[in-house]
Amino acid sequence: MGVRVQAETFDPGAELTAFTSAQSNAGAVVSFTGIVRNTPEGDLRAMEIEHYPAMTAAAISAMVDTARARWVLADALVIHRHGTLPPGDVIMMVATASRHRADAFAAAEFLMDYLKSRAPFWKKEITATGAAWVKARDEDEQALSRW
Amino acid sequence: MISVVYFAWVRERIGLPREDVATGAETVADLVAELVAREERYAAAFADLTALRVAVDQTLTGFDAPLAGVREVAFFPPMTGG
Repeated sequence: MGVRVQAETFDPGAELTAFTSAQSNAGAVVSFTGIVRNTPEGDLRAMEIEHYPAMTAAAISAMVDTARARWVLADALVIHRHGTLPPGDVIMMVATASRHRADAFAAAEFLMDYLKSRAPFWKKEITATGAAWVKARDEDEQALSRW
Repeated sequence: MISVVYFAWVRERIGLPREDVATGAETVADLVAELVAREERYAAAFADLTALRVAVDQTLTGFDAPLAGVREVAFFPPMTGG
């Protein structure tokens, strides 16, 4: 199980390859990679991601523990970046490994839903016209109720 | 003495990321009331508590949480990770 909170970029392909090849007791690996989305106008200069250093890794580890208690997981990996990121840059990834794909898919979705609304990150979009904090979406909060 | 930390627009509105507060507040809500009474910038930041989240010693909780023995309280808007 791994949780990494970092400013540095990472190679999601290399991470997934390393994660997959480390599995000896799994039959399925599911992964999700999040990247910095441009505005509809295409004028995003950067995404600033602030976080709560004293809380972030522990909060994510608690989510991973909850996922492990709920599904049969051989392994899980969460990487999440902070700092100033250009459009198209990788922000985060989740990977889960299980004996069967249903548990790997469900745990990955669960972790994504909780990372969205319960991990202490805040995004700010810097565009040609100014800077604005990204608002939490009601849909993201409602997504938690399915778990 | 409690460390009070602010993130995102709460930090911007109050104008600092962290401060030590000498307080006898029994709950988070009491602490908020003390801060709001201090200066307009706190009143502006805490105007709508439904727009805010709070963590006590790095654990998400509610505004009715007790502060006995607590070292750090954090205020921030709903999180936007992922």
